[in-house]
Amino acid sequence: MSDEKRVGIVLVSHSASVAASVAELAKGLAGAGAAVPVAPAGGTEGGGLGTSAELIAAAAASVDRGAGVAVLTDLGSAVLTVKALLAEGDELPGNTRLVDAPFVEGAVAAVVTAAAGADLAAVEAAAAEAYTYRKV
Amino acid sequence: MLDADFFRRWMTVTAASVDREAQRLTALDSPIGDADHGSNLQRGFAAVRAALEKEPPATPGAVLIQSGRLLISTVGGASGPLYGTLLRRTGKALGDAAEIDERRLAEALRAGVDAVMQLGGATAGDKTMIDALLPAVDALGDSFAAARTAAEEGAVATTPLRARKGRASYLGERSMGHQDPGATSAALLIAALADVAAEAGAGDE
Repeated sequence: MSDEKRVGIVLVSHSASVAASVAELAKGLAGAGAAVPVAPAGGTEGGGLGTSAELIAAAAASVDRGAGVAVLTDLGSAVLTVKALLAEGDELPGNTRLVDAPFVEGAVAAVVTAAAGADLAAVEAAAAEAYTYRKV
Repeated sequence: MLDADFFRRWMTVTAASVDREAQRLTALDSPIGDADHGSNLQRGFAAVRAALEKEPPATPGAVLIQSGRLLISTVGGASGPLYGTLLRRTGKALGDAAEIDERRLAEALRAGVDAVMQLGGATAGDKTMIDALLPAVDALGDSFAAARTAAEEGAVATTPLRARKGRASYLGERSMGHQDPGATSAALLIAALADVAAEAGAGDE
């Protein structure tokens, strides 16, 4: 019922609709409803394709329940912007990590794991492990 | 010695030059990128210029740290965190000093370029802004004018290279034959530094 101790998940994509859809997909597949705080941060503030540091910082703040925040990104400037914000020190909640994971599969793994009440390290490991799932 | 005003003018002159060259930067970004480099940098440096005019920071380091932070939050493309990190790390390396000498600036800028290489993972020859910045930092020990020439030559020399970083790297061999937009804008940043230095030198008693 309460998501007080859940790890928060932020999904950063160049596209607002991709970020929102992957958030919806991951929550739907996790079957956890609103138990895991998940926030998309997609596109620029103007609604275009790109990355917004402001949207990322706001999303991270909105999912921070004190158990850490896992950030998953698509590519290019999304990765670089999160890394730059982390290097900044005070832009993202303490205990925020950029997780090296495939965006869609990693998001599903992260949300499912977080829904089970796992800690940040376990969420990160589950998301990263999604890279090892071969399709062919 | 270089004071906070020198660094404010560096940023303002860069903003003016990005305004002037925005269409060219975007044109260079069209065949090998997503055609937004000029407009992205224009938005970022306009924000920097406005902030510096509104509340001018008191030290050279603070000017660059604030400018870098604004670029990270306003540019919207990869050049935001990259240029933001360049200026912020350079500013941090300058510390709290009210005035710094050329040698200290050269060392600080090298720390900034190192941080960009670490963030983006690019090295010399990858067809990125690093190809203008590294030769510029090497030449800055000689003079600002030498740094400007080195950056401009470095940018031109990216033309035959095959991109190994960023979106252009997806194009493989088709990235060859185009001058890199990031190296081109990096040369504008260094040219602005040389312009401001020449202006300051001319005003010396």
